[in-house]
Formats: sequence, C-alpha cells, structure tokens
Amino acid sequence: MGVAREEKRMAKVPIQFVLNGDEKAEFVESGSTLLKVLREKLGDTSPKGGCHQGTCGTCSVLVDGELRLSCLTLAETCEGASVTTTAGLAEGGVLHPLQRAFQEGFATQCGFCTPGMIMAAKALLDRVPNPTREEVVDAISGNICRCTGYEPIIRAILSAARSNSHHAA
Amino acid sequence: MPLALKTFATLNDADAALKAAGARYLGGGTLVVRAANEGDVSLTTFVRSTDPALFSISVEGGRATIGASVTMSTIARHPDLAAIAPAARAVGGPAIRNMATVGGNLFAPAPYGDFAVALLALDAEVLEGDQATPIDAFLKARDAAAGRIVSAVRFDVPEPKKFRFVKVARVKPKGVSVLSIAVLLDEASDGTIRAARIALGCMANRPMRAAAAEQALVGRQRTAEGIAPALAVAGEGTAPITDAIASAWYRAEVLPVHLGRLLLS
Amino acid sequence: MELRKNYFADERKDDLHEIGQSRPRSDAPGHVTGKTAYFADRTFPGLLHLKMVRSPHHHARIKGIDTSEALKHPGVVRVLTAKDIPHNLYTILILIQVGPEDEYVLAEDKVRWKGEAVVAVVAETERAAQEAVDKVKVDYEVLPAVFDMEEALKPGAPLVNEFHPGNFYLYDSGDHRKVRFGDIEKGFAEADHVLEQTYASSPIEQAPTETTGCVVMPEGNDRFTCHTNTQAMFFTLDNTSIILQMPGHKLHMVGGTVGGGFGGKVDVIVEPIAILAARLTGRPVSFIYGRYEEMQISSPRAAEKIIIKDGVMKDGRIVARKVTGYTDAGAYSRHSPYGAQKGAAHYPGPYTVPNVWIDTYCVYTNRTPSSAMRGFGVTIADFALEVQMDKLARLIGMDPLEFRFVNAYRDGDMKAHRQPTTGAALIECMQEASRAANWPVAEKYLQMSSYKGG
Repeated sequence: MGVAREEKRMAKVPIQFVLNGDEKAEFVESGSTLLKVLREKLGDTSPKGGCHQGTCGTCSVLVDGELRLSCLTLAETCEGASVTTTAGLAEGGVLHPLQRAFQEGFATQCGFCTPGMIMAAKALLDRVPNPTREEVVDAISGNICRCTGYEPIIRAILSAARSNSHHAA
Repeated sequence: MPLALKTFATLNDADAALKAAGARYLGGGTLVVRAANEGDVSLTTFVRSTDPALFSISVEGGRATIGASVTMSTIARHPDLAAIAPAARAVGGPAIRNMATVGGNLFAPAPYGDFAVALLALDAEVLEGDQATPIDAFLKARDAAAGRIVSAVRFDVPEPKKFRFVKVARVKPKGVSVLSIAVLLDEASDGTIRAARIALGCMANRPMRAAAAEQALVGRQRTAEGIAPALAVAGEGTAPITDAIASAWYRAEVLPVHLGRLLLS
Repeated sequence: MELRKNYFADERKDDLHEIGQSRPRSDAPGHVTGKTAYFADRTFPGLLHLKMVRSPHHHARIKGIDTSEALKHPGVVRVLTAKDIPHNLYTILILIQVGPEDEYVLAEDKVRWKGEAVVAVVAETERAAQEAVDKVKVDYEVLPAVFDMEEALKPGAPLVNEFHPGNFYLYDSGDHRKVRFGDIEKGFAEADHVLEQTYASSPIEQAPTETTGCVVMPEGNDRFTCHTNTQAMFFTLDNTSIILQMPGHKLHMVGGTVGGGFGGKVDVIVEPIAILAARLTGRPVSFIYGRYEEMQISSPRAAEKIIIKDGVMKDGRIVARKVTGYTDAGAYSRHSPYGAQKGAAHYPGPYTVPNVWIDTYCVYTNRTPSSAMRGFGVTIADFALEVQMDKLARLIGMDPLEFRFVNAYRDGDMKAHRQPTTGAALIECMQEASRAANWPVAEKYLQMSSYKGG
C-alpha cells in the first residue's frame, strides 16, 4: 500500500499576480482555485471556504477591483491581475473605515462571513460612495451571515460610507 | 486524474480541445468549477478561449450581438441593453454576476439560467462560430451541443414597454428561482395583443415556451378578463422541477398567478 | 439599549458597571482584519485528505465491501473500514451514562440512514480521495425503511436500530418520559372548553457558514494534535479516547473560534476517524465536510410531533394540560434521548396548571440522525405551546397577552415537576413587553407581580 507516485508528477504552472499591493509568484497545480492558492500557497487565510459552490460569499475577493468568488475562480485566470483581500485593507495598522464600522457596530459575531462581507461592501463603496440602504442590501446579497441577522452589517456599511464621505469633505 | 486548465487564443483551438474526454468549457466558472469542487470526477480539463470576440458587445440597428464570455454585470450596466438589464440582474449576487457569462447561462440547469429565459422570449439566435441556431432549437438540443463552444447570442433589443421579466424567489433580493418568466408582447395601438412570446424558467429542466398561453393571448386585451384564457393554459406542457426551493406542485400552482401579475403590471 | 431598573428594585444593588453598557467585542479586531485563525486556516506539509464513502440507501444490509480498486488508485494512501476502528461502537452521551452505545463510526452489518459513513479514503489530494471514493464497491441488500415516527412505533415496523427494540429509546421510566400531576381527567371534565391540537416540525439544518471539520497533526510520539471546530471539546476528547482506545493525554484537542455552530458541531463525527487516519499513516490528515455533507449529513434539529390537549375556563384559567411529544432521533441516539427528555421537563411551559400529564417519546427512524440545535427539545415545544396559547385565548375571547398573565407562574406556585417556583419574572417581562410593543393590557395585570401572593 505504498504511496503512489503519479500524483507527484502533476504538472505545475507558474503564476504571478499582485496580492494586496505585493507581487507574488508561485507554481500551482493547474486548475487550482484562487481560494486554494491564496490560502494554501500564499498564506492569506482571510478568504474562507464556506461552500465552494458560489452560494455563501465567504471567499469573496476583489480581482482588478471587481468582486469575485475565489472558490470558483481559477488562479491561472488571475495572471497579472491585482487581487485584494480583507487581509490587505488596513494600511499601516490603521483599519479601513469598513473594518472600523464592522468592529464598532457589532457587525461581526462568529466572524466567518466577515472578510467576504467586507469585500462585498468595499466593491460597493468603491463604485457608489454614498449608497442607499437598498443598494447595500443588494451588494451583500451574495454573502450569507448566519449570526447577525444582517441588520448590524447593513448599518455598519452605511456608517462606513458616511465616515468616508466625511473624510472626503 | 488531476485537473488542468487549457487556454487557447482562438475559438477553433478551444473547440478542438473540448473534444477530449473530461473536457468542459470554463466560461465564468460558476457551473463547472462548482462541479469540480463538489466532486464531479468526470471533469478533468477546463478549457477556455481568450478570443476577444467572446468578450464584445455590439448593438447596431437595434440588433445586439453579445459575446458568450460577456458577464451579467457587463450587460446590466450597458447603456444600449437597459431593456434586458433586469434579467441580467436577476442572476446570482454581485460576485456571481461579475463572473457568470451569457454562454454559460444557456447551459445552466434549472433552477438556474434566468437570463436564458429572457433570451428565449426574445427569440435570440445562438452563434457557434458561423452557425446560427434559433434558441428554441438550441435549448432543446443543448446536451448534445456540449463540445461546441457558443461564441455569441444575437437578438433584437426590445422596446422596454414590450418586454417584461420577473424572477420569483423566496429570498430578496437574491434567491434561487421558484420560477422566472419573460414575455415579449406586440400590442396594437388599441391594446389588442397581436403576438406574444412567453418563456418560462424552472417549469422544465431548461427554459421553455408557454406556447398555449402565447396563442391564447392573441387578439385579447391586457386586462384580467383578457388574459384569463392564457393563464388557464399557462401550465400546458410544463414539467416543473422539484428541489429544495419548491415542489413541482407549488411551481405549477403559482405560475398562473405570477404570469398574470407580470402581464398586468 | 435601555436597562429598566424599576422591576425588582428592592432586590437590586445598583452597582452594575458592565451590564447595560456597550463594550467592544474582544474578538472583533481579529475578525475584521481576517486574522482570526479558524481550524482550517492552517497548512501542514504532506497533508492528506479524507473523504467518506456514504450509504446511498436509507436502510440496507451490507453484504460485502471491496476496496481493492480504490487502494490502487493513484494518490490513495489508506482506506479505512469498520475493522480498523479499535472500538467502533459508540454513543456520545455514554459519558453521562445515557446508553447504550448504538452507532458505528464506520458501518458494519447495516446502514440505517442515507449518508451513513461506510468507508474512509485517505489520499494525497482531495481530488484523488474523491476519485477513489467512486471506486469503492459496496454490495447492499436494500431493506424496508421507515420515516414516520408513528409508523415506526407500530408493531411490525422495520427495526431501525437493533439496540432499540420497538424503535423507541428505553428510559428508566419505560418507553417514554412522563410527568403526572393532579388529576387530568377531572380537569378536563370541569373545563368550560377543551382544545386538542397537533403541531409538527421538520428537521432544521443549523447551516453554519464554516462546515464541520478537523485537521490532525501527528506529533511523532503517538500523540496527536487535533485542530477542530467542535462546540463540545470534552465530549470530543472523551469519546475519541473511547473510540480509539487511547488515553486522553495522547489526544491534544485544540479548539478556538468556530465559524458558526448553533448546536451543529456538538457531535463527535470527524475527529476520531481523522486522528485514526493520522495514526495509521503517520501524516497530517484533514477531514472537512463539503457543503453538501454539512446540509445532508451533519445532524439537524430533530423533527417533532406534539399533541396538546388543554382544558380552559371562561375566565382564562388553564385547568388541565396533556402533552404527547415525539422526537425523531433518526437512526441513532446522539443527543436526541436527552432532547426528548428536555421536552418533558419543559412542558407545560411557564404556566401554572393544576392538572398535567406529559409523555415524550424519542423515536428511531431511517432519517438522518438528529442532535443538538439551539434549545433543542424546547424550541419546537415552545412554538407549539405558544401557538396553542393564542388559540385558547381566541377560543374564550380573551386578549392573548392578558390570557398569559392569568396563567403565568409566580413565586410559590407548585410546578408539575413538583418543584416550587422561585425567582419568577414572567409577569414583569410581559409588563415590559406590553409597554415596549405598545400592546395595552388591563391595569390589573400591570399591578401584578411575580412575588408570592402578587
């Protein structure tokens, strides 16, 4: 019952992309998801694997500024792209307004949905700095939270938008 | 066998690669990567093409040609496609809409494929290279079509008031379909319906036409009385799916209700 | 948030510094930065992946298992069957003497529910493990199955679990838990109205966003570190110790932040088999449920059927309450005998009723074993009780909130379980609810108190 060797001959492919501002280069198994590469190769475990079928949103990241599900995105299709995760949001130890709002507004309980939820919210605020409540609800509609009942999350995103526009003004 | 992704610059090369056993077209990944993640070991190779034509949208003389790799969010925000934006927005949440493609939606099994329902009502043509197939015929034969890559869909952009779309879901704003309905109506100036195309999602394993209801609308007015005969036959020929969202019985019961609301809205 | 201090003011020393104050959650900074480490946020060199061969049948005899093709599959390191498990038969609550052991870690002679674990495949990659799962051949003889609790209790029903003849859990009190208080028949005879209603619920999945799982690292000295998202660390430690026949000090269970549990992670399912796989291969092993497994395999809240018969007077007093409750354990006990017992302890609800009769049954069917979920044994009971309370109020033409004031238990009242009520606060909660919800009640109810004689 020895370890079969065939798996070890698996062809790997080189991939380079920018993760949270840093250039990354890795050899990965072809067909690997971005989620797997981020978590297992690059050590960024902020995106979570909740369903691996595109329904829970815990793996949400930004690819070139667009919200994507990293569990359904093949890493090779991100060659040369810029990938942003929640782990890269705080700058110089200063939390992003969304992170601050989630923390202060009790918008996180078990925390498992939080990184994906924050990325979905960031995708919205990057495009619509002053969203309506309805736009916020739509923006996080692909992200499941089983703890909070969503209300604190919606309030936190609206509050982050307000603090953002306050800073801009 | 380990998985692999093969990328080709041209559609023809990708087409050839798809002939291999275990090869599936990647599209936006929302169907096939999901299948691989969930343990579908029959899938061994993802194939994709980076041909720019797959990503283009052209609208000329009221006729739209949308490349198969165009995503739902691109359609939803395209200024010339506003009439069908509600159908594009009906697909998934924002992340899924940034990934899910027009081409993939044509192959999505019920309860998915809401955008294909709209395309069916619009009498779209499905292009596979030079070959154009009416969407009715394409959908009926789509299982056999696996192995040929859809390059684009083409259809006349409807006047907004002629086209109606609804996705019925239990969770708002994003839930899996109980059913979806798309209707294209041609009405005379006095309101008499001259022709109708009605497409239904979740009422079979793929989008289908409500042919009996379409005929029953011709010559009628869009009033509760006028549409009653069409609602009475709306379920004709349907074989709704049963899943965690709804039973076939429930879908059959609510179809005339939602079709009626959509027609009268 | 407002702390109402006017209730029980004489019992209160007003020296609370934290209650009523908003305080930052200590775990929030980790959560919002993605730094919180969940069990799966670790990678180990040489990590193996475990996937399970599961029963496609609700009830079947296993005539043979052939793992030869799976073993030859590239990447497969080990295949485990029942004979590899040192003590294959277990039940979680044996730790508190709720037996008998009635469940197999890996199926032996029979499968009793669709999804039951039969063979574990351990491979270099998830993909190889999945492919090999498809190559395990299990020869089944399909047996008749039963899915309905009342059908299961009938004579001649298919026997689900040989450790539970009659398809019910045998308590020391017999085939059900019971409470007897006063004279129920006399109560019904004296009542102005009698209302009997049946309430039923389906199984409910906890659906945590993080699926059940663990990652096990051998420490090289026959000691194993198991990173797990269990909600029940010591159940897991002690049951694993029994199943693997290993002393507890060889098992280093590491918990931590759980990505949602809601009771769905108190069973001991993934850890023993993953630790055994790590022991037999000498390599780190990960066993993490996919979403399908989380939804279909992990224990849900039990389905329940509850029949409530009440005798009520025109003035609102409930004078007799009879409850018959059935809890669907599925094929194995897990926490359900305890859940059914909790139901018996919970009825007749927070109301003082002079004549009470309660029977609760824990029933075995060929459904997915049920277990814990937020207030299990009580939540569905409360749904039934409170719907029944509304119906009773409507029946006698009384306001539903006032009806509850009439029946609410107060200090000194004797409960059906023969414990005098102390520390009651239901009256005050309802007074506050009446105010907050702007649901006015008659002044006399606002003058009531939970104190004895109040």
